[in-house]
Amino acid sequence: MAHFEKATSIKDWLNQRLALDKVEKVMASEYWIPKNINFLWAMGMVLAITFTLLLVSGIFLLMYYQPNVDTAFDSVNYTIMQEVGFGWLWRHIHAVAASVVFLIIYIHMLTGIYYGSYKKGREMIWISGMLLFVTFSAEAFSGYMLPWGQMSYWAGMVITNLFSAGSLELNGVVEWIRGDYVPGQAFLNRFFMLHVLLLPLAIIALIGIHFAALRIPHVNNQDGEEIDFEVESKKYLEGDKAGSKVIRFANDFMSKDMFVVSVFLMFFFYLTFWNYGFAMDPVNFDPANGLVTPAHIYPEWYFLWSYEILRPFGKDVGLIAFAIAQVIFFALPFMDRSQNVAPANRRGLFGIWFWAMVVDLIVLTAMGKLPPEEPYSTIGKIAAYLFFVLWIALPFITKSEKKL
Amino acid sequence: MKKELFILSVVVAFSLLTYWLVEPFAHSVMHPHVETKGFQYNGSSDIAEVDNKISKIRKDIEIEKAKEKPEDKKLSMLEADMKVAEERRDAKKVFWADVERIAALKGDAAAGEESYVTACTGCHMQGAVSMGGVVPPDLKTAGALYERHYLIGLIKDPAMASNVDHKFSIVRSHQMDSVKYMITGDQDIVNIIAYLQEIAPKQDEITPEVAFEDACGRCHDVRYNNWTIIGTKPTFKDRRNEMAFDIKHLDAQEGITGYMGKLPPDLSMYIRSRGAHYIEAFVEDPQQLLLGTSMPRVGLNAESAEKVIAYLEEAGDPKAEERNRIGMYVMIYMIFFILAAFLWKKQIWKDLH
Repeated sequence: MAHFEKATSIKDWLNQRLALDKVEKVMASEYWIPKNINFLWAMGMVLAITFTLLLVSGIFLLMYYQPNVDTAFDSVNYTIMQEVGFGWLWRHIHAVAASVVFLIIYIHMLTGIYYGSYKKGREMIWISGMLLFVTFSAEAFSGYMLPWGQMSYWAGMVITNLFSAGSLELNGVVEWIRGDYVPGQAFLNRFFMLHVLLLPLAIIALIGIHFAALRIPHVNNQDGEEIDFEVESKKYLEGDKAGSKVIRFANDFMSKDMFVVSVFLMFFFYLTFWNYGFAMDPVNFDPANGLVTPAHIYPEWYFLWSYEILRPFGKDVGLIAFAIAQVIFFALPFMDRSQNVAPANRRGLFGIWFWAMVVDLIVLTAMGKLPPEEPYSTIGKIAAYLFFVLWIALPFITKSEKKL
Repeated sequence: MKKELFILSVVVAFSLLTYWLVEPFAHSVMHPHVETKGFQYNGSSDIAEVDNKISKIRKDIEIEKAKEKPEDKKLSMLEADMKVAEERRDAKKVFWADVERIAALKGDAAAGEESYVTACTGCHMQGAVSMGGVVPPDLKTAGALYERHYLIGLIKDPAMASNVDHKFSIVRSHQMDSVKYMITGDQDIVNIIAYLQEIAPKQDEITPEVAFEDACGRCHDVRYNNWTIIGTKPTFKDRRNEMAFDIKHLDAQEGITGYMGKLPPDLSMYIRSRGAHYIEAFVEDPQQLLLGTSMPRVGLNAESAEKVIAYLEEAGDPKAEERNRIGMYVMIYMIFFILAAFLWKKQIWKDLH
């Protein structure tokens, strides 16, 4: 057993047992971040705050939500939205945060791609981040089932149908997932469990892994410069704060983060109070009805790009394309054959690749929502082909990239 | 700093573009905007709807004729459809022209009362019984709720005025069709309306509840306001009484389902699922937004339509005012938050640059 002395203060008492000072150093004051960064580096903190908003608002919603096909709709739209004091506020925060979190995730991902923050030792940051993206997607989908509106029901029907694997007609698998022939009580219960227990647990664990993955390779910077953190942090601690290339996580980096977070929150609350329609689809304010199919069924905006990769092809090809699109981003660190860690605009063809991918994803997103009519279906089909052409081209254009 | 603002503008531009594409643009494609006509009823949308149908049939005929081997049977069917549609359009034109002509006459309320008692009270009375699924409404608010042209049309030809004539043919007629044979004089029509307007309460005495319950509530439940098609559901202490009420409610629903072909939906959340504009356009002319629907035109005037919307807002979105108020507080708080965060950052970073 370690040696303990009589404590001189409460802090000292705790220090002897929990090493608070050391933890504080490792986690905050001597966790070194490059100085050469812009506000896009604050998206991690913005995501952490948004996830906290989701968690807290979710806890309050959970106190009144009833996972029952007969009462779910009214427990959300009447009990929570009308009877419970400020229930509407928690629901709006939860719904808007669930949508906005994907906007930030996409910005966070594209930032990583643009600055090359997924390679040369940072592969695990990227992969754990992608795992978070997939888990968040499952979390968003399962949450969307809970109000048991028309879109909940029909999105649940369509998405679970995907597991019949096209011409393989694995209808038994679909029934097994649903616990019924169509979405019903068993279906609602299991998605409720996934949404409030299993998936949040997985997300919290993955956030821990994502943070841990940052430790050794460190955060990237605006120029992709390789920094000697030992030397630079020593310089900082010796008093040359302006000359050092690194800053403390707290309060240096944190103070900038919080400024970005504050601006983000203003935007977020504007959406929560006045412009929430994009996150709370009007169709879902009709109760689930298995006998009436809505005129237009579409997923939430953040799934539209992959939905549009599924839609323009035949059943089997579409499913395969969709399955590949879901996982292809995991492979990014290995398909990029260039050794350069630098902003995309300094990497020649890769710069074009990056912006083409951004535009293609936006086109896919737009066409995924529009009804499958001309000219939208043709545009969508071309964009879906382009998506794969870009991925096939990636190893070749990065292999021939000049070393910077 | 300049660079950061440039990056921010790129991120914002792409986000806004995506937003515009998936929200305003996509919704304008999926749900084309329908203008309301200020709750004036002159049949223009009714006639336009049949015109639309006629041009569609004409196109089909042309397509069929352009084929190498046009099918005679199909062609003759299309031509028969065409004839029916053209007849319908002509009938509508004549009907609405008549309404316009009758509207110019001045009504005499005293004479109207006499006609009203002989022609209307047989069915329209307190505690009226169901007629094939619907209960004829008590008309004491009708003069204030409904627009005059519509009322003229309704007395002249109920199916035409409600724009549901497609539902009825020789074998099946509108529940109120007999009025056509009971009130035949144009002057009689305007007299009755003058009488209805005289007995009706003043506009400001009609609450959103009354407007909704009289105009919409005989077919539509609004469970978030405790409204059922047989009236407001009381709070029961005794379960037996509650069940008796529920059974009465179910019976009424069954009746209305038989009459309409489908149970008219509960409107509790319609203000969020459809929005005020859609509901206004729908109430003005249901066929315009849902072609073939069995819902009749309601014929509300502009003031009553506003009250119906107010009622639905109260049912489905009663926290709108609170939302705006709290939202403003949060915005003010956020301004201070941003300022504080900015000053903190500045203070910390002054040694770092």
